Amino acid sequence: MELATAAPVLEASGLVKRFGEREALKDVSLSAGRGELVAVIGPNGAGKTTLLSILAGIQRADAGSVSKSRGEVGWVPQQPALYSKLTVQENLALFARLERVADPAAAVDRMLDLTGLRERSRDQLGVLSGGNRQRVNIAIGLLAEPEVLLLDEPSAALDPRQRERLWEFILRLAGEGTTVVFATHNIQEADRYASRVAVLADGELLFTGPPRELEQVVGTSGLEFEAAFVAFLHQQGH
Amino acid sequence: MRWLLLKDLRILGRSPLLVALLVLYPIVIATLIGFAISRGPDKPRVAFYNGVPASANVIELGGERIDLSKQSQGLFHAIDPVRVKSRREAIQKVRDGDVLGALVIPANIATKLQTGLQPGSVEVYYNAEDPAKKQFVENTIRSQVQIANAALTKRIADESLRLLSLIRDGGSYSFLGRDFQVLGLKRSEQILRKAARDLPRGGSVGAQVQGVIGFARLARDNLSFSDDVLNVVGEPIRVRSTVINGGTTSLSSFAVALAVAVSMMFVTLLLAAGSLALEREENAFARLVRGLVSRTGLLLEKAGLAAICSFAVCLLMLGGLGLFVQLDWSRFPFWLAALAAGTLSFAALGLAIGAITREVRAASLLAFMLALPLAFLALVPSGAVAPALYNVIRVISAIFPFKPALDALDAALNDSGGLGVALLHLAALFVGFATLSRLALRRFA
Repeated sequence: MELATAAPVLEASGLVKRFGEREALKDVSLSAGRGELVAVIGPNGAGKTTLLSILAGIQRADAGSVSKSRGEVGWVPQQPALYSKLTVQENLALFARLERVADPAAAVDRMLDLTGLRERSRDQLGVLSGGNRQRVNIAIGLLAEPEVLLLDEPSAALDPRQRERLWEFILRLAGEGTTVVFATHNIQEADRYASRVAVLADGELLFTGPPRELEQVVGTSGLEFEAAFVAFLHQQGH
Repeated sequence: MRWLLLKDLRILGRSPLLVALLVLYPIVIATLIGFAISRGPDKPRVAFYNGVPASANVIELGGERIDLSKQSQGLFHAIDPVRVKSRREAIQKVRDGDVLGALVIPANIATKLQTGLQPGSVEVYYNAEDPAKKQFVENTIRSQVQIANAALTKRIADESLRLLSLIRDGGSYSFLGRDFQVLGLKRSEQILRKAARDLPRGGSVGAQVQGVIGFARLARDNLSFSDDVLNVVGEPIRVRSTVINGGTTSLSSFAVALAVAVSMMFVTLLLAAGSLALEREENAFARLVRGLVSRTGLLLEKAGLAAICSFAVCLLMLGGLGLFVQLDWSRFPFWLAALAAGTLSFAALGLAIGAITREVRAASLLAFMLALPLAFLALVPSGAVAPALYNVIRVISAIFPFKPALDALDAALNDSGGLGVALLHLAALFVGFATLSRLALRRFA
């Protein structure tokens, strides 16, 4: 099954990933266009993180290919990948240098503005709240100004207020033309923020399209999106 | 890579307690081990009763005066004597646990030695509550009595030689304040030969005198062998030492090499293993190896971090120890080579530990669990265990860097030889463990 868009900046086709006997991804193809917000949803063990890891280049697929039109692919892991003994500014500066950004100081400045953490820039990561750490985590994924941003469970472990601020931040990025592909357990978030959803279960891509289309497939347009999603999984035998 | 190195140094700088522990703990351990191997056990307290009256301490043996009290001085270098006034008090002190043992010199020892007809004896009483110290007291007293015996035997043998020489060659002899002139066999033979010339040829007296002349010559010839025989009796066994393996390193210099090797091991292993495992615990590893730095580059950076820090600690340690122990500073370039090879080899092992365990706590625990047995195994001397077990120990010591690092440091500090071999050994271990850690990184993320 394929999720197609008009002008893909990221395209994966026929991805297969095996861990021993278990097939974590089964012939998954996916593409995303400029400025799109694509949510990858599915039950636990569906293969969401594996798919994002392959798109990010962290893992290699056993079969299939990934291509991107140009520019970098930013990746934001589920757990903040940061150094808790370094300050916000030092973390950003370190990764800016490692990313070989032309002007690291300017990039750090820009990210401090984007995350709204300028006042906390000299605080060590270890003393920040989970939400603020996640903002820095995302900012690091954006340092190289990637055309595509991959987010793995970006709002997990955040309180509602922090989640709201995080999504404002992500929507702003998408509004500026960044393609965002995110994996989430939170079906309501996918319904609320994603322009399209990709439903994965047991390594299979079962559906791709706008959330409303999923409701139509299930034939339960009067239900909440989460109920439609669960009904869809039941229909598909998962 | 340099940005990662600076990052790690900054993180270390922000963990002063960790750094202090990382530096102080191995130094304390190393110092304790150094002390343990370079110092003997404490002098045991031994009650000492000398029953010989002060006036009888000097005996005359074959005309020579020997001060018995001087013979006990050697013993006092090895024990802490508690002087008591009677045998009973000495034994009571042993019973009360005030002393570990008692040495009693009976009053009649001087008389017995002076007559030369009966051997003198000393009495030793032990407290066996501490078997190790009991053994030490026993060995110390026995060895000192042996030394005294040997000295007296030599004196008696020398005196016997002097008397035999007097019988053979003649001369003056002093006994109980009176001087005697001894004719001697040589002179007797000459006199008899002269007298025989005046006797009638073929007479019975002449034949008897010729017999006595023959006896005198035979006795003189055979007595000339007695010098060698009595010299052997005076000192039947001599010790001639030849070093087969190992150098001429003094114990204190070896303790320095050992202390530095132990510190090097702890600091490098913990830093390398901990800093690599930390990248995973902070979830940064996957982000780093996405193209920011290669896995091999990351390993080299961690090895460099651990080796540089450990190198600095060990160099400072050598400088500090150099204030107390005489070190050959002209060999400074060799020190640097040994330190560099040792720290890099330990760093590679540390990386393998970090890559396999993948957690800072597990990595630290494994590093500790591995480090101490390796150090102890490397110090097991040949002959201390069964040959088969010793071969196993040698193999284990050879596949980890501690023994070759100790050998390299010993060779560099003390010119004990084999530096090149030790450096090559460390280089091979570096390559081996670096390869192992690179393989382990495949399942690290």
